[in-house]
Amino acid sequence: MKVLVPVKRVIDYNVKVRVKTDQTGVDFANVKMSMNPFDEIAVEEAIRLKEKGKASEVIAVSIGPREASETIRTALAMGADRGILVKTEGEVEPLAVAKILKAICDEEKPRLVITGKQAIDDDAGQTGQMLAALLGWPQGTFAHKLELDENTARIEREIDGGLQTVEVRLPAVMTTDLRLNEPRYASLPGIMKAKKKPIAEKTPADYGVDATPRLKVLKVSEPPKRQAGVKVKTVVELLDKLKNEAGVLG
Amino acid sequence: MTTLVVAEHDNKSLKDATAKMVTAALQLGAPVHLLVAGHDCSGAADAASRLKGVETVLVADDPLYEHILAETMAALILSLADKYDAVLAPATTGGKNYLPRVAAMLDVPQISEILKVVAPDTFERPIYAGSAVQTVQAPPGKKVITVRATAFKAAETGGAALTVGIAAGPDPGLSSFVGEELSKSERPELTSAKIVVSGGRGMQSSDSFQLLERIADRLHAAVGASRAAVDAGFVPNDYQVGQTGKVVAPELYIAVGISGAIQHLAGMKDSKVIAAINKDEEAPIFQIADYGLVADLFKAIPEMEEELKKRGY
Repeated sequence: MKVLVPVKRVIDYNVKVRVKTDQTGVDFANVKMSMNPFDEIAVEEAIRLKEKGKASEVIAVSIGPREASETIRTALAMGADRGILVKTEGEVEPLAVAKILKAICDEEKPRLVITGKQAIDDDAGQTGQMLAALLGWPQGTFAHKLELDENTARIEREIDGGLQTVEVRLPAVMTTDLRLNEPRYASLPGIMKAKKKPIAEKTPADYGVDATPRLKVLKVSEPPKRQAGVKVKTVVELLDKLKNEAGVLG
Repeated sequence: MTTLVVAEHDNKSLKDATAKMVTAALQLGAPVHLLVAGHDCSGAADAASRLKGVETVLVADDPLYEHILAETMAALILSLADKYDAVLAPATTGGKNYLPRVAAMLDVPQISEILKVVAPDTFERPIYAGSAVQTVQAPPGKKVITVRATAFKAAETGGAALTVGIAAGPDPGLSSFVGEELSKSERPELTSAKIVVSGGRGMQSSDSFQLLERIADRLHAAVGASRAAVDAGFVPNDYQVGQTGKVVAPELYIAVGISGAIQHLAGMKDSKVIAAINKDEEAPIFQIADYGLVADLFKAIPEMEEELKKRGY
């Protein structure tokens, strides 16, 4: 079966994000960009399915600027087979991304789509579920463990109270949580091979999707800052202050 | 027109997030209806009807909703959506699972995890793990919103809303519930506890979390953990506090052996008072802590237990 893995190019998770002083957004100048960490987990899971003989082909898709081809190249170096880059300018909202992905699914007919549970830039956490809805497919979000058969997937999910297992009919969409796997680093031979793997270039118009944002971002600001407080010397002093000064111990 | 709030509950009672969402919903300025979908859920429905500000409680009591699946829940909400201007659900693993399906089918861009209602069509929400706050305006038409409950005060009780039974929605038959492993604990829930005691990588083992649990039990606190502690296998995933785990805002947050990665801070920096115990005085957690104690936690925590015991906690 074919597995489709949508991957997003985002500011690297180690970068301290700064808000622009004019409050129009965050500063992208000279900032390291990487694959969204949850999507890396998705690529890893797809490649493992291929190594186990359960997936026949892994297709990495990215929707973003020209540079998002680097993100696809990373997925190819990890072991994905080919890529699709849907070139866009500016922000694309999750709903538009889901519509483009739906059109790609209609064409490619994957049995499973695996993507991150959220991207660490907009933290929206919508794309996988929206795609599943538009396709009329079931979903397994926040996946912790996957068991895949011909026609069903059994997905253990991380939920607020613990873990939940659902069984979904294929085709389906799965979104990854942190503990599904540990993504591999691309090997040198992998990186060399990736250079020869094909990446198709498309635009939203090729899929008949209008990717214009519909939400209006009025401003982006710094969150309220907390001031560092005082250092205490002993446990006794700490408890005294919590009780008498802060009044948070009964 | 009206706002529909999807209640979070365990059939017997409402989860804390529900009353807080009602407060957010009332700020939209329209009448508020609550949807309670469950099975044998009259306890939760009764509690819902007592929330002040709620006009009507819709109760879909059906075996289909014994375990909430995204596909069935989205289908139910969609079957009701015509009558509503806005649909709100909690930004918990429940709401985050089903609500984007509803938004997609309504062709509406969802606004995730709002922190503040600026105007009925304008909201603040965190981006980049809380490193920035975005103010967004929704286009005219229906609004689909998830709410970060800890950012709102709970609606009071003492109301008397009308309760109406409604039929179950369609069953898309795409998925089924197999089972769940829920953490059993006598302690309060992480997201609603007044005090949270959290451990990080510095705890070094699963066994040493028992030290924190003993403190937590004396303070009637919940126990949380950093991602590092969860990844190391010291505690289960549902203990995780942080942008990708749970967001908490208790009266008191005690961070023990937690260095203070941005990811973790995003999940607890709205706590009223933060106390940190760490042996590394350079740990970033001290930059946001109200009270910092530089100490070896394996000495400080047993000492704290002794001291609490002495003081009658």
